[in-house]
Amino acid sequence: MSDQNLAQEALVRLDKVGVYRDGKWLVRGVTFDVHPKEIVTLIGPNGSGKSTSVKTALGVLQPTEGQVIRRPDLQIGYVPQKFNLDWTLPMPVSRLMKLTKKQTEHDIDHALDLVGISHLKKSDMQSLSGGETQRALLARALLMQPDLLVLDEPVQGVDFAGEIALYDLIKTIRDETGCGILLISHDLHVVMAQTDTVICLNGHVCCRGTPKLVAESDEYKRLFGARAAQSLAVYQHDHDHTHLPDGRVMHADGTIHDHCDHGQDRPHEKEHH
Amino acid sequence: MGILDDFFMRAMIAGIGFALVTGPLGCFIVWRRMAYFGDTMAHSALLGVALSFVFNLNLMVGVIAVALMVSFALLILEKRQSLSADALLGILSHSTLALGLVIVSLMTSVRIDLMGLLFGDILAVTSTDIQMVYGLGAVVLAILIWFWRPLVAATVNVELAQAENMKPQRSRFILMVLLALLIAIAMKIVGILLITALLIIPAATARRFAATPEIMAVLASILGVVAVIGGLYGSLQYDTPSGPSIVVAALIIFLISLMPKNLRGAKNQPVEAPHE
Repeated sequence: MSDQNLAQEALVRLDKVGVYRDGKWLVRGVTFDVHPKEIVTLIGPNGSGKSTSVKTALGVLQPTEGQVIRRPDLQIGYVPQKFNLDWTLPMPVSRLMKLTKKQTEHDIDHALDLVGISHLKKSDMQSLSGGETQRALLARALLMQPDLLVLDEPVQGVDFAGEIALYDLIKTIRDETGCGILLISHDLHVVMAQTDTVICLNGHVCCRGTPKLVAESDEYKRLFGARAAQSLAVYQHDHDHTHLPDGRVMHADGTIHDHCDHGQDRPHEKEHH
Repeated sequence: MGILDDFFMRAMIAGIGFALVTGPLGCFIVWRRMAYFGDTMAHSALLGVALSFVFNLNLMVGVIAVALMVSFALLILEKRQSLSADALLGILSHSTLALGLVIVSLMTSVRIDLMGLLFGDILAVTSTDIQMVYGLGAVVLAILIWFWRPLVAATVNVELAQAENMKPQRSRFILMVLLALLIAIAMKIVGILLITALLIIPAATARRFAATPEIMAVLASILGVVAVIGGLYGSLQYDTPSGPSIVVAALIIFLISLMPKNLRGAKNQPVEAPHE
């Protein structure tokens, strides 16, 4: 994973990225990349630096250390986590589609059709439900014809059935457009099954792996049904250390260190590839 | 130039030109909740006037420079996270106004029409003033139209705008400069104490009737023009000060716009008094 070719192919690559703000490191030593057609899912507890990492990848935040390499002329489509429109700003769905780029009516109709909200074209964003808002934002991002689609908790506030439908849609988009997808999951353990790489963050990359094996397990199918298993997967992983409030790290064997030394070969290091 | 010989027509033409610009810019002030910010920049105009006299500068240059300096000072202070933005605005807003008043009173050599600066003296506008209003106004409108998409995108969601290369920081800077230019234009027309009223009231009125940001901006301009015409005729009719009369006219239009919905018992939209 470290040769020159891959680095050139990657849509975006974070290399040992650290972001230091207000007297503390929000993330440190974060390394991952997203290739075309690849789906990368970031998981981790609140405040673990998922959004920070994604914002650095997008260029919204500048890294304090390390570097972010974006492919030249990379077109990004972004679905933000929070979308709170001020009531004073009228914004029908059709206008939102043209937010950052001119679009033809034909393309807009097509995108809205794809995400299944053609009937809401003239509705104001204020009147949309959580799921409808996410679909509208997704349609808007798609209209950018992105090489890289970035979704920050796309299923947040969406019910379980809607979650499966949205994940199906994201998979369809990936298959049809061939874009790379970087998404943040709001759930620590359940990720989209088509995810190629799950990255668990906790201020740094704790572990990474594929979720597919888990999705095929019988227990999981029994729990959620075969249909769900096609779209969702449980990502099981054990953390062998705990981050203490003062920033130090307690390992499973009870020892306390300043760092968890993920970059180095420690016996407890666990990387599923 | 027959029509410009009449002071009332001159006032009307200048006022209409001004209202056309305040419409769309006022929408951004409302959308971005910058009303108090606009007020602070406007109040600093008096300090700008005073310093222009002290340093023998062109009045417009002095006002624009001070307004911009105050807005950048706010940006820097906000980043320090010492006091809330609200408190900072309060400090800068009133201290620039007070400083301006003190400096003006110390200058015995020049006589300044303080009431005119504070509340406007639209009936005294000259043809040169009209040229300035339309010249600067056209520049402001052209910049707004040119940068319209990035300006709206940055208002809707800063991070989205940043990720999709809409440069939201630039948008913020543009809006500040335009606001400073507008304040320089507005001094003669409604005075520095009432500028924000004409930015906000027409935009707030337009909100209820607009389905898109663009319609809201155009509508705010039209409503502003109506307020100027109504206010000026009103001030002629009842012999009231012209600047405040224009603001009162805008207020009356706003109140009328609230009525039909309430009479019909329509669903309760949050009626936001646009402040802060």
